[in-house]
Amino acid sequence: MSHTIKLKKGFDINLAGKAEKKLAECDQPETFAIKPTDFIGIQRPKVMVNEGDTVKAGTPLLFCKMQEDVKYCSPVSGEIVEIKRGAKRKLLEIKILADKEIVSEEFKKFATTDISKIVKQEAIELMLKSGVWPNIIQRPYGIVANPTDSPKAIFISTFDTHPLAVDQNFTLKGEENYFQTGIDILNKLTKGKVNLGLNENAEISYIFSHAKNVEPHKFNGKHPAGNVGVQIHHIDPISKGDLVWTVNPYGVTQIGKLFLEGKYDASKVIALTGSEVNNPQYYQTYTGACINKFIENNVTDNEVRFISGNVLTGEKIKSDGYIGFYHQQITVIPEGRQSEFLGWLLPTMEKLSFHKAFGLLSFLNGKNKEYRIDTNTKGEQRTFVQTGVFEQVTPMDILPTYLIKAIMAEDYDDMESLGIYEMIEEDIALCEFVDVSKHNLQKILREGLELIKNS
Amino acid sequence: MKIIKNIFEKYKPLFEQGGKFEKLMPLFETFETLFFVPNRVTPSQGVQIRDAVDLKRLMMTVIIAMVPSLLFGIWNVGHQHSLATGETLSFMQQAWIGIVVVLPIIIVSYASGLTVEFIFGIKKGHSLNEGFLVSGMLIPMVVPPTIPLWQVALATVFAVLIGKEVFGGTGMNILNVALSARAFLYFAYPSQISGDVWTYLGDKTPIDGFTGGTSLAIANEASVNSGAVVDALANSNTVLGADFYSFSNLFLGFIPGSIGETSTLMILIGAAILIITGVGSWKIIVSVFGGAYLTGLLFNAIAANEYMMMPAEYHLVIGGLAFGAVFMATDPVTATQTEKGKWIYGILIGVLTVIIRVFNPAYPEGIMLAILLMNVFAPLIDFYIVKGNKERRIQRATV
Repeated sequence: MSHTIKLKKGFDINLAGKAEKKLAECDQPETFAIKPTDFIGIQRPKVMVNEGDTVKAGTPLLFCKMQEDVKYCSPVSGEIVEIKRGAKRKLLEIKILADKEIVSEEFKKFATTDISKIVKQEAIELMLKSGVWPNIIQRPYGIVANPTDSPKAIFISTFDTHPLAVDQNFTLKGEENYFQTGIDILNKLTKGKVNLGLNENAEISYIFSHAKNVEPHKFNGKHPAGNVGVQIHHIDPISKGDLVWTVNPYGVTQIGKLFLEGKYDASKVIALTGSEVNNPQYYQTYTGACINKFIENNVTDNEVRFISGNVLTGEKIKSDGYIGFYHQQITVIPEGRQSEFLGWLLPTMEKLSFHKAFGLLSFLNGKNKEYRIDTNTKGEQRTFVQTGVFEQVTPMDILPTYLIKAIMAEDYDDMESLGIYEMIEEDIALCEFVDVSKHNLQKILREGLELIKNS
Repeated sequence: MKIIKNIFEKYKPLFEQGGKFEKLMPLFETFETLFFVPNRVTPSQGVQIRDAVDLKRLMMTVIIAMVPSLLFGIWNVGHQHSLATGETLSFMQQAWIGIVVVLPIIIVSYASGLTVEFIFGIKKGHSLNEGFLVSGMLIPMVVPPTIPLWQVALATVFAVLIGKEVFGGTGMNILNVALSARAFLYFAYPSQISGDVWTYLGDKTPIDGFTGGTSLAIANEASVNSGAVVDALANSNTVLGADFYSFSNLFLGFIPGSIGETSTLMILIGAAILIITGVGSWKIIVSVFGGAYLTGLLFNAIAANEYMMMPAEYHLVIGGLAFGAVFMATDPVTATQTEKGKWIYGILIGVLTVIIRVFNPAYPEGIMLAILLMNVFAPLIDFYIVKGNKERRIQRATV
């Protein structure tokens, strides 16, 4: 095994409501949806189906006019019940009423021994039309990869350090063969290496520890050590002009399944987590599932917020909303619409803080205390006051304060030279959490990335 | 609690859009958020939860760190008064004199500064920035107790207006606000902020042999007259007690001086609070002290004049060095912002302070000018540190 990369900076947000490692019995939701808004790169989506059409799992639903080869496919078979548009006819959701038995489009199937014979172009074509391609994300910018590019390397982080994140060792149990096939396919797409980020702090299950044809890298540290962006920074940082791809472990497995089984298999193990869930546990479902079945009778009576994804990078959805394409968890936390008397002054051990300013005593609790945190902003937005705290939670040789300022000033040269290519939203989310002045840093970073991308 | 909530709810419509006092909403909001943390929630994208910290709490921490120095300063005003006038006063009487003298200065400082802040807040439509809560307390602590109140008001208005608001408000200023106020007084009204102004006498006459100068002035004078500084300190104001300017007295703060700056001990307690809570940079505090001490040692070695021969540790306890190092130099807005830069910034403040003290008899107090000077240079220091970071990235790209 390779050497360990130790990361001292960072902060673990230990929330209440960890999913118990067992698969719950639950009916499948009736509807599933694909949301173009989940894919940052999509600018001009074109819908390929109409309401009332029947589709199979793997039938293309839409593509982006800028990138016509990449098809976004239906996760399940059934009937298109709604194509939901918002203001200015912006495409929001394509909803599918699922069949009881999922029927899949049939693609070419390969035996394990034939995988090595597949050529790059054949692999790419199959991935594009079957719906697995959007699993591949390009850095810089964090957008769906362009199939004509040739990345310098491919990176896979096998663990997620976000609050209440799923344990990939559990969700991918029994998928070893698919995972390995996925890696073999990815190896065909790059001239460089396929890098695997492993967590030294936890037991690494067979699926990751015995993966072949990869370059393993062990990481040891608090969140965001599991972020693939942080790992890239320490393995082979992205400079101007570089292009690398990242895939999450679920995506790798899905790619492997496509080649071995000949179908787009969107089945997915997700976790229902958060302090307001009565029985947080794992569920077997499909990508884009409606969350209503999982939360039924399983959430406290408080006013709660449903989040697709985790509390740092996720998105608020309704109680009948749909899980995002890249998300593997639902988090349910209390809404914080109370106005607290002298909330800024009274000492507290219950409120989690990275800071130790007067009265913020959560550091005395030790790291095993689990917190119930609501959505209150806990203060008002203020002008930037530099406290050096961003740098303390960013385990990279990057100065987030200066980068953010460069973005606000729209200084292209500084954005580049301060490392904007190495970051996407998830890499700055922790800064946003600890920010004293309560700025929306992820939004600002995306605006900067858009400026650079379109320049 | 419920009652206060109801009062705010009752009058809120007056300040909301279309209300009678619509324009004063920032003012209303400031008071409301002082009592209640607003019920705002995070937007649907971006982080869904936020850290419990906010700017109010951060600033409150600094104010709490200043409390030991302030309380000691208030008592010391009465204590110096009783020494100088020869009256025997009880602890409570001394404290009372201090309160009568210092409280009006604090009130004037806050009132004048907040007025300017509110006018700008209303003009720009945002609620009050908490930064002034600290500046408004710092200003009274760096002036002599005999300061005329109108000068406090004028200096505060000047500092907030010219030192801060013209640059865009809190977070944008280049110079430390409280030091801008003091520098303004120093250059505009030198006779009220230098000489025998450090002891509050009231309408009483001082006892024979009393001189009202600070330790810095004595050291300066000794140097000019070619006498050993330590001897001069030992022989000064002996009417107030033998060894009035002994090292321990200087350290503990039983000496005349600006209201909050005399007691190095109390300031160190404040420093401990700032460092433990992580609000003040320990790097800056340590490096200012370190820079001053090492420069003192170097001067001891050169020993060209009497002031240079003063034991280096005296530099740390006389004048306002400790106060400046802990409460002024650490101001996150005007200090350097990179971690390496903080070392350079702090050390240079310490070095400059001692150089100004020793070589420039016109300005006995070096720390004020040293910090203001380094405030101006802080962006330059950061520029080079950030450039280093950029260059590492550029070099990597060419390989």
